[in-house]
Amino acid sequence: MSVLAAAADTAGQPGTGEAVVFWVLGPIALAGALGTVLSRNAVHSALWLVNTMLVLGVFYVVQGAPFLGAVQIIVYTGAVMILFLFVLMLVGRDTSDSVVETLRGQRLAAIVLGMGFAGLVGAGVARATTDVVPQGLGDGAAGGNVEGIAELLFTRYLLAFEVTSALLITAAVGAMVLAHVEREPGSRPSQKELSRARFLTGDHPQTLPGPGVYARANSIAAPGRLPDGSPSPASASTGVEPQVVDELPLSRRTGGGPDAALGTLRGTE
Amino acid sequence: MTALASADQPTLADFGHDVWWIVLIKIVGIFGVLVAMTLFAIVFERKVVARMQQRTGPNRVGPRGYLQSLADGLKLAFKEDIMPALADRPVYFLAPVIATIPAFLAFSVIPLGPTVSIFGERTPLQLTDAPIGVLIVLACSAMGVYGIVLAGWASGSTYPLLGGLRSAAQMVSYEIAMGLSIVAVFLYAGSMSTSEIVAAQANGTSLFGGTGNGPGWFAVLLPVSFVIYVIAVVGETNRAPFDLPEAESELVGGFHTEYSSLKFALFFLAEYVNMVTVSALAATLFLGGWRAPWPISVWDGANTGWWPLLWFFGKVVAALFVFIWLRGTLPRLRYDQFMRFGWKVLVPTALVWILVVATMRTVSREAGLDGGVIAVFVGVPLALVVIAGLLIASRRRNRDTRVVARAAAAGALQPTGAEVLPPRGSSSAAGGFPVPPLDLVVPPSPRLRTREPVGVGAPALTTEEDGDV
Repeated sequence: MSVLAAAADTAGQPGTGEAVVFWVLGPIALAGALGTVLSRNAVHSALWLVNTMLVLGVFYVVQGAPFLGAVQIIVYTGAVMILFLFVLMLVGRDTSDSVVETLRGQRLAAIVLGMGFAGLVGAGVARATTDVVPQGLGDGAAGGNVEGIAELLFTRYLLAFEVTSALLITAAVGAMVLAHVEREPGSRPSQKELSRARFLTGDHPQTLPGPGVYARANSIAAPGRLPDGSPSPASASTGVEPQVVDELPLSRRTGGGPDAALGTLRGTE
Repeated sequence: MTALASADQPTLADFGHDVWWIVLIKIVGIFGVLVAMTLFAIVFERKVVARMQQRTGPNRVGPRGYLQSLADGLKLAFKEDIMPALADRPVYFLAPVIATIPAFLAFSVIPLGPTVSIFGERTPLQLTDAPIGVLIVLACSAMGVYGIVLAGWASGSTYPLLGGLRSAAQMVSYEIAMGLSIVAVFLYAGSMSTSEIVAAQANGTSLFGGTGNGPGWFAVLLPVSFVIYVIAVVGETNRAPFDLPEAESELVGGFHTEYSSLKFALFFLAEYVNMVTVSALAATLFLGGWRAPWPISVWDGANTGWWPLLWFFGKVVAALFVFIWLRGTLPRLRYDQFMRFGWKVLVPTALVWILVVATMRTVSREAGLDGGVIAVFVGVPLALVVIAGLLIASRRRNRDTRVVARAAAAGALQPTGAEVLPPRGSSSAAGGFPVPPLDLVVPPSPRLRTREPVGVGAPALTTEEDGDV
């Protein structure tokens, strides 16, 4: 904290630690931003964005706003981006952006407009910040960063804070109302009713028997056998042709090999 | 509230002045402690669960089997490292790293003890602290989610993806409950820094104008917060009964199905380090941190020097035992029940509790009342009313089951009675449920017919053969 305090005191000139952090992490943040735009894969894009957000959080901490930095990491990086990833993963991992141009000249127009927009924003920011004298934190954080933010939020900006939260809640409730499908209670059978129906009507309430690989064959094509020794048709996998299994030769010594103990396929069919 | 017990109690101003080699010692020390705690926790878990299941547990490697996890770790390092063909290579490689690093990072703000002297330098037994100390732990656990989610996605396989998605939803929702449970602690301690929260638990609240000293632990002062925290961190660390992202009966191994060798070891390490961290945070926030528990704290030297390390790790091991106890006792929840519990029970309870705590604090401050008096005359009766209400509600809900159970115990119910069952032949389904044929006879083994009984060994042979059939 001493480094940060020193950095805050010398209004205007960032401390050595702050400068080092900035020049190390700044390029990383920029690389993250470029990666977000240039990645073909949507999940990679989101990860680059996470990288940039993390660096921003560290910047906040370095500039004497530890609470903002922590909240940036917990809320934006930790919760919001995770939900983004959640949706992207549901979409599927192999969906890359299509590079086929559907509108003629779209790419050129986008480049020109993008550069124009960047020029406008850059000029505005440059004009607004050239003659500004850095103030440092001054007395704003005299009682501590957390206490300072709490006081402002709950006195001066209370109304704005509450209105924003009301807006967010309205949006969330609206989204839920739009997505919610009302079901009549009792219109869908419960799990208990379904299981009773399955046992009472179907011939086969339990899982189907597996193939007979455990008995005398290593092939999934060998049918499992019923208690009387006959092959069970239900055990055949879909898409696999059931095959008759070669039986082991009878042992001369005992008059019946190990297979004999298992019964025979031929006798019962 | 922040009355300092002694000069040994570090304050926020004490951090950030250490010599570089002290910082290095602390970093290496914390790393070593966490790895050692992981090795210990794995053996401890296997031994405790074994005792609960009346087994012996690992007893081969090292004295009484205590080096088993070390051997397992070495074995993992020498196994083949498999890269699935469909994996997204950079992300697949990064995921275990992302899971592990925040797990270690979170421990840097946990206070292990008071100010001690290391080679002549006075320094707090804590790597660092900040005005937002506890939020750093929350941020690290938020980052840890990425490791699991990305591991599931990058494996290029269905079960890991499902495990990753489950863990994303689960950890985000239980993080909310966990964060809300801590808010009441912030209110009482007046700070978010871990060292000051420990300091705030040094002195008990004064009951009845200071005649007696009530308990200082926030687990006693804020019991609802403590219970919510304990439940939420079990979900947050993906431990049983909330281990749905790696439910082996549904998802094979969950998010780490495709991982092997050192990458898998990193996930294992991260899980146990997370367990140790949340246990340490529970000790710090609710169980008085490194301060000695009551009977020991009578001794004056209990909270000075290196002794607090012992109390602290005692509390951590006790919390770890609770984790293991839960795993040995409770079956895994169904996913929808689990999410419903998190959102509809934990979060609203935490919100109401924060409201109650804030109101009580404001009232006691405005009216000039003693906190202890309010707790005794308002809090305790209110808690009794709520508990009684919950008991009555659960009894009413289980009323039908209870009536049927009593009738069945008295023999009034015949599950196979004629009026219960539809008339059916020798079918397997009776009354909607399968009943085995009641006239089953085990056929004589065909192998036995060809052999002569061979004297003494015959009975054993017979049972063995019957077992095979």
